[in-house]
Amino acid sequence: MSLTYLHPHRKAFWLAIGLAGVSAVLLLLGVSVGSTGFDSVLDMQRDPQALLIVLDIRLPRTLGAWLAGALLGLAGAVAQGLFRNPLADPYLLGSASGASLGVALAMALFGISPLATHWLARLGLTGAAFVGAVLAVLLTLLLAKGVQHTLRLLLAGVVVGVVLGAITSLVLLLQPEIMQAMQSFMLGSTGFVGWTACAIMAAVFAAAMLAAWMMSHALDGLALGEATAQSLGLPLPQMRAALVAVLALATGTAVAQTGLIAFVGLAAPHLVRSVVKTTHGRLIGLASLMGAVLLTAADILARGLVAPQELPVGVLTAVLGGTYLLWLMHRNTGRGSGL
Amino acid sequence: MKTFAALLFACCTALLPAHALQITDDRGVSVSFAQSPQRIVSVLPSLTEGVCALDQCQRLVGVDRYSNYPASVRSLPVVGGGIDPNIEAIVALKPDVVLLAVSSRASERLEALGIKVLALEPKNHADVRRVLKKLGALLDIPDAVGADRLWRIIDASVEAAAQSLSPKAKNTRVYFEVSRGPYAAGESSFIGETLRRLGVKNIIPAALGPFPRINPEFVVRANPDLIMVGNRSMQAMAAYPGWSSIKAVKEQRICVYGVDESDVVVRPGPRMAEAARIMAKCIADKAG
Repeated sequence: MSLTYLHPHRKAFWLAIGLAGVSAVLLLLGVSVGSTGFDSVLDMQRDPQALLIVLDIRLPRTLGAWLAGALLGLAGAVAQGLFRNPLADPYLLGSASGASLGVALAMALFGISPLATHWLARLGLTGAAFVGAVLAVLLTLLLAKGVQHTLRLLLAGVVVGVVLGAITSLVLLLQPEIMQAMQSFMLGSTGFVGWTACAIMAAVFAAAMLAAWMMSHALDGLALGEATAQSLGLPLPQMRAALVAVLALATGTAVAQTGLIAFVGLAAPHLVRSVVKTTHGRLIGLASLMGAVLLTAADILARGLVAPQELPVGVLTAVLGGTYLLWLMHRNTGRGSGL
Repeated sequence: MKTFAALLFACCTALLPAHALQITDDRGVSVSFAQSPQRIVSVLPSLTEGVCALDQCQRLVGVDRYSNYPASVRSLPVVGGGIDPNIEAIVALKPDVVLLAVSSRASERLEALGIKVLALEPKNHADVRRVLKKLGALLDIPDAVGADRLWRIIDASVEAAAQSLSPKAKNTRVYFEVSRGPYAAGESSFIGETLRRLGVKNIIPAALGPFPRINPEFVVRANPDLIMVGNRSMQAMAAYPGWSSIKAVKEQRICVYGVDESDVVVRPGPRMAEAARIMAKCIADKAG
């Protein structure tokens, strides 16, 4: 493979171009796959219903999958850099379990009392998931007494995840009729993404990308060890706090709009690193693109494979991303270099 | 199969002493009773309703936490839920038999503790009739005054609900959402069967299975005249993108069933006639 012998910067550039190209193809494909195939696109001129399906359902949905994947990829790259741990994923600070609990409580309490119903109707499931995710991260930070101790932060995140997960299970057991809806949230779905959701995700992605890119040299410093990073004169505490905020915001937004999509955040940075070793500034951008491509591809398959039924997209991201990652590892080991 | 069961029943009644019962449950396990059980624990709401519909409510000594009909069962000891039953609480009630779903994990444990278990799982209209007959046999009530009579009443009431609809209402094309996802009730589900008996059209064909998770686009394309929402998990509040063009949404022809109605509509039990009436009322109000 000739790419192997290129300079890392050139390689990163070509990878970005390649991923952008694949994204463009996937966006076109996403518009033409759904409960029926290309005929919606072909009939667009004559049939207002087909036009509506393409413009108001498929387009925002495909774009939404791309944006949610990008947010998760970005969050994954930030998490792995921040915790200096290749096993870190965006859900590490408890945001996934917080979002699940928020959604479960909203569904369980809805309709029980007029007051709760009134407020929940205004908040919506998306709002409940976002509030849950943010509160869970705040709880983790409270238990870890700030962001300074990586290990304490990780442990607090795990504990919060387990406790909130258990409470969610309890709510589900007491209200079994919400179980099916909850399962679809846990496995992720892009079916609820409309233009508003796209706009929210795009705004958050732009802000998070800018913030993460500005602080990427802190991640580079951290990669050399905490002491070295300190000795480089970086304002580590502030940057850490800001990166945790970026992580929480990006993850919370993606989870609120699309549910718990597994594996994208964990796999995207690894997939990028398996092709090119580069600085965090570039890694963050490439991981976002990779996450976006992964989730969009998975979503198109989820819609297309058993149309007009749908597969849970989270299952496909795990199967697709996992298989590709294993194949890469296998190939690299075969050539004598580890991942 | 039915004749075989009848033969088996006849042969067993001949062999065993008077009033001895032998019943094959939905697992295919044959359970024998020296006499008709007097202390019954039911951990499936539709079986609780079945026992009470056969006028034997007084034999129930414990129910699961979701059994809420008829009102008298609410004062009974609660032994957990169908998927998380409290084995100790069940044993403490000294039941002659425990009625539960086939999917319940409790059967093996209870049987190991020497408690008789009957696993019955009604899933469609035919099952409701079959399970009523099994319960009738278990409770030792002759079919003529028990299960068969009850089924005739249920069947006639469903038919009456269907007759009450105008020919125009029968042309309604209905989409029934069971859960956010969206999970729909297909033609082969219990709800789908009720819709078919009412004579209306379900937009989810039987080929997709009882409760398929469908692409929201499919509903837009099918453009139903009426939408029914079967529980309170907020679907009605959080619309799917692009659904504003659906006829039913534009004309506000959406029935959201409350908690109590929802229990009746989705539970495959003896209240299926009431379920048919509730749905028929919705169809007549919104599309009649």
